[in-house]
Amino acid sequence: MLRFIVRRLIQVVPTLLLLSVLLFAWLRSLPGGPAAALLGDKATPEKIAQLNTVLGLDQPIPVQYFRFLGRAVTGDFGNSLVTGEPVTTEIARALPATIELSIAALLLAVVLGIPLGYVAARYRGRPLDTTTVIATLVGVAVPVFFLGYLLKQFFAVDLGWFPPSGRQAVDIDATHVTGFAVLDGLLTREFDASWDALVHLVLPAVALATIPLAVIVRITRASVLDVMGSDFVRTANSKGLAPRTVRERHVLRNALLPVSTTIGLQTGLLLAGAVLTEKVFVWGGLGTLLAQAIERRDYPRLQAVVLLGALVYVIVNLLVDLSYAIIDPRVRVR
Amino acid sequence: MTSLLERRRRRVDELAEASGRSLTADAFLRLRRNPVAIVGAVIVALFVLVSILAPWIAPHDAATAFPELQRTLRPDSIPGAQPGFPLGSDQNGRDFFSRMILASRQTLLVGVLATLIGLVFGVLIGALAGAFGGWVDTVLMRVTDVLLSIPSLLLAISIAALAARPSQTTVIIAVALVSVPIFARLLRGSMLAQRESDHVLAATSLGVPRRAIVLRHMLPNAMGPVIVQATLTLATSILDAAALSFLGLGDGDPARAEWGLMLANAQAYLDVRPALAFWPAIAIILVALGFTLLGEALREALDPKGRR
Amino acid sequence: MPTTRRLLATVAAGVLTVSLAACATSERGGGTQAGATGGTMVFGAAGAPKNFDPIFNDDGESFRPIRQMYDTLVTYKPGTTDLAPGLATEWSSSPDGKQWTFTIRQGVKFHDGTPLDAAAVCTNFDRWANTTSEAAQSNMIYYADVFEGFRNSGGIYQSCQANGDKATVSLSKYKGAFPAAFGLTSLSISSPAALQQYDADNVTQSGDSFSYPAYATDHPTGTGAFRFESYDRTANTITLVRNDEYWGEKAKLDKLVFKIIPDENARKQELTAGTIDGYDYPSPADYNALKQAGQQVLIRQPFNVLYMGINTKNNPALKDIRVRQALAYAIDRQALVQTKLPEGAEVATQFMPKTVAGYADDVQQYPYDPQKAKDLLAQAGASNLTLNFYYPTEVTRPYMPNPTDLFQLISENLKQVGITVNAVPRPWNGGFKDDVQTAGKQDLHLLGWTGDYNDAGNFIGTFFGREKPEFGPEDPAMYAQINAADAEPDPAKHAAAYEQANRDLMAKYLPAVPISSSPPAIVVSGAIQGLVPSPLTDERFNTVSKTQS
Repeated sequence: MLRFIVRRLIQVVPTLLLLSVLLFAWLRSLPGGPAAALLGDKATPEKIAQLNTVLGLDQPIPVQYFRFLGRAVTGDFGNSLVTGEPVTTEIARALPATIELSIAALLLAVVLGIPLGYVAARYRGRPLDTTTVIATLVGVAVPVFFLGYLLKQFFAVDLGWFPPSGRQAVDIDATHVTGFAVLDGLLTREFDASWDALVHLVLPAVALATIPLAVIVRITRASVLDVMGSDFVRTANSKGLAPRTVRERHVLRNALLPVSTTIGLQTGLLLAGAVLTEKVFVWGGLGTLLAQAIERRDYPRLQAVVLLGALVYVIVNLLVDLSYAIIDPRVRVR
Repeated sequence: MTSLLERRRRRVDELAEASGRSLTADAFLRLRRNPVAIVGAVIVALFVLVSILAPWIAPHDAATAFPELQRTLRPDSIPGAQPGFPLGSDQNGRDFFSRMILASRQTLLVGVLATLIGLVFGVLIGALAGAFGGWVDTVLMRVTDVLLSIPSLLLAISIAALAARPSQTTVIIAVALVSVPIFARLLRGSMLAQRESDHVLAATSLGVPRRAIVLRHMLPNAMGPVIVQATLTLATSILDAAALSFLGLGDGDPARAEWGLMLANAQAYLDVRPALAFWPAIAIILVALGFTLLGEALREALDPKGRR
Repeated sequence: MPTTRRLLATVAAGVLTVSLAACATSERGGGTQAGATGGTMVFGAAGAPKNFDPIFNDDGESFRPIRQMYDTLVTYKPGTTDLAPGLATEWSSSPDGKQWTFTIRQGVKFHDGTPLDAAAVCTNFDRWANTTSEAAQSNMIYYADVFEGFRNSGGIYQSCQANGDKATVSLSKYKGAFPAAFGLTSLSISSPAALQQYDADNVTQSGDSFSYPAYATDHPTGTGAFRFESYDRTANTITLVRNDEYWGEKAKLDKLVFKIIPDENARKQELTAGTIDGYDYPSPADYNALKQAGQQVLIRQPFNVLYMGINTKNNPALKDIRVRQALAYAIDRQALVQTKLPEGAEVATQFMPKTVAGYADDVQQYPYDPQKAKDLLAQAGASNLTLNFYYPTEVTRPYMPNPTDLFQLISENLKQVGITVNAVPRPWNGGFKDDVQTAGKQDLHLLGWTGDYNDAGNFIGTFFGREKPEFGPEDPAMYAQINAADAEPDPAKHAAAYEQANRDLMAKYLPAVPISSSPPAIVVSGAIQGLVPSPLTDERFNTVSKTQS
């Protein structure tokens, strides 16, 4: 098991290296560049040229790259051009926000998706089934940013049930321990802070959950139908087992395996979907960092977010894989 | 031990297994009985029809600002419907109705071009890998694995953001690149499945040259799943392009009428005239839904399990 | 931090009225007693500040909190660009304009308790001038601009002498920028003790960017009406508290929080939902909706100019002034201002707003006249003109709330007189400024300028005082005329020389087409009183109070 993990992690290294080279070369060849982003509107071309010299941006790109790599190996990815803070600090701060949002969205999708899919399968071909299938397809077809806006406008602005954006109200003044706002409130016994964080979480989680929800509903439905038609269920039925026992003991259990696979798959994809949702809800996570880095052409930040984002993605995948190995002994054998 | 990547691959491979069963008569028969497919097909047909006839349906062009609309146009008030302008003005005093109609063409263009580019490169890579196997297969599949392991929207955003000159072309390319690995894997899978199949073995033993086998027998037979995937990709391409526009990475030419772009640009006028956002949004949702319904129905029609 | 909230609530309740405690514990407006003082105001900021050391900043998002914490020697009368006493009660210059003597206000204390005196002021000036590290220097945009460099690079600053309550700053030459430039937020006065304690000069290069010292990130120490309390980088809030020792009108609010909300729609929705009390630069499209929702849209006096730049270097036809005049006649600036720019915007007849000394009423006008434009083009033999028109994307500026829409209207105008326009959109930070201001690739472009202080040189001197890749009439006479105007220390002659420069710019040179001046707004909820919008965006929140509802 340990060897497997180590091997997987080592495999990541060349991919990230290649990605960093491509990213670096590409970024340096672009117009704009750090100096233009760092200095405001009042900067003269002379000032920009001076800054480029100070920062060593007038040196050959390979030289710059190896300097970058030398620092990156020690964990120094440079400072954000906008805030002057180390980008690693910024990312460490943003990561819990994104993970918190993704977990909330995934929970929502699973808790709603599996029963819906199961019910749709049981009533296959009936209006309930058709409605569910079409609703999930519509869910996938609505641009996430537009859905987010509608949710905000209706539930936050018009009805005032939820706060429109952000992670916490200003006057809550919560203590940050882990960076997971809901958890922090519980740890420090600032339950009002936890509640506040939870309330902030609802709308973005709903917006982010639409696509995984649709996928989980469809997979559950298909998988349940599959199992219901299989031999052992027919055997169980003909044995005279109570239909309810069959459904609970056999169908649902077996149908959930492919569903759990899908859930794992969606976890990684959520990180990407979070970019749009975070922008709409001003959620201070990785997505916001990335969007701001693009807008300001904050290259050190862009570089680090993409590289570390890829790394995080790989690690999340690895963790999900490991958890499968624990859940399903068959997987371990392969 | 299976990995997520492998599962992601497998999902594509399952579709590939359906190759050899082209969209023949019985598939179409099943489609015609499926209400979902009919709804999807009608939406798509209407969309294509409107976009073809757009220049004749639209009373005006997409770029001209009209003095009669501009007269009452203010930053915080955009004139609504009036004679000659059924949907009123857009934020620049242009005919919103005409722009909605003409945008169908640009939106279709974005979707089709992005899908086509993804398809052509994907098919090329997949066919090469599947037809030759060996080290060609290994190298090409390693590359697609790398692409598959980056979340698709993140990939598109990175590509579009890093283009020196953001334009409709960069959006199309960014969206297209995302689907390349999927098509590649799909085609390779179906080629591999067929290499061992009877009709290919028969052709080989008859002395038919490998090129001819690939082009005449294997490729056509692999097209069923590719068409399914392409239909689904059309929907995601249009949605991804809209997302890129929303992030400010879209075409900066204000004269261009495209639904995703119009929806993104209307974000600033949501309080003034929500219709500027709602119409393009509804159009995008309908079209994406149409392609998805059609694609899913096609997939079901091809799926051997669906024949029960 | 964990107990700050409770602690503050207790302290506040003890010292002040009951309404405060309610405010500190409840979510939104739970208090019962109406009061004009106390409370917390939350203001939505569009972006994060770079840091809090005034000298290392040049952008509005950093300046907004800095202005609450710091004072300058000379300041501006609220709501105007007129000078008023700040940390200096009086100032005067020698006849040649090279020596500036400031009488320093007595009894002022920095937030760390150390007193402000003439020596402290001179310490600040010397600190700026004696900066040697290139990393620090390259962050001092305004200083380098106003003083034309540093001690080691030929700057015009000579020395600062402290004598009793007088501080005398000696320069090697006069500039029209003085004394107004002494009011620049960048030149705010810091506590010398804090500067030293928190290693303020230690800006270091880190990778492609800079690291700022503790003074700039966590210990800004000025004399302003609010003191720095914290910058919570997780919650994206900057918290300032009232300075009870403030020398001027003491702040009415207990707390001033800047909450960073980068998304425009989100700021609007937060204000509507009541989770913030105001934000800056609302989109003109939202004015109406905001007002209807009971918010106050405070319109600033316009102090900027939007222009269509003309670069004559790439297309020889543009060297003919008749062609440039044709461009001016072709643009329907009235329609543009009316349909696309906010309430209070005006067509610009020259390259500076009306309030600046040196503005000329009688410049040549270019009313919308497409026929005349066509005639002029025909006379110049340039009827088949094709021009590359660069405009920025991914940006809004006070002078151009929506560059893409503005471009669209102007290009339609130009097409109507037979000019072929190639649209070249470029991202603001991703190449627009490089292409236009450094490389000069364009024929036409949209750009503008927000004034830093009331001086004609800050406008036309910046644009046309020397050769720049951006424009290109390359007329040495124009540069000479503007620079001569700037060097004139006598205020009346100074203004007259600039008026003449404006007349000549519009009639003889026409290096660009001035389009408009538009007022940026600031929006606050109905519960906020006393915020005075400033043309220089130099709002001080000490006069602000919040009605507890």
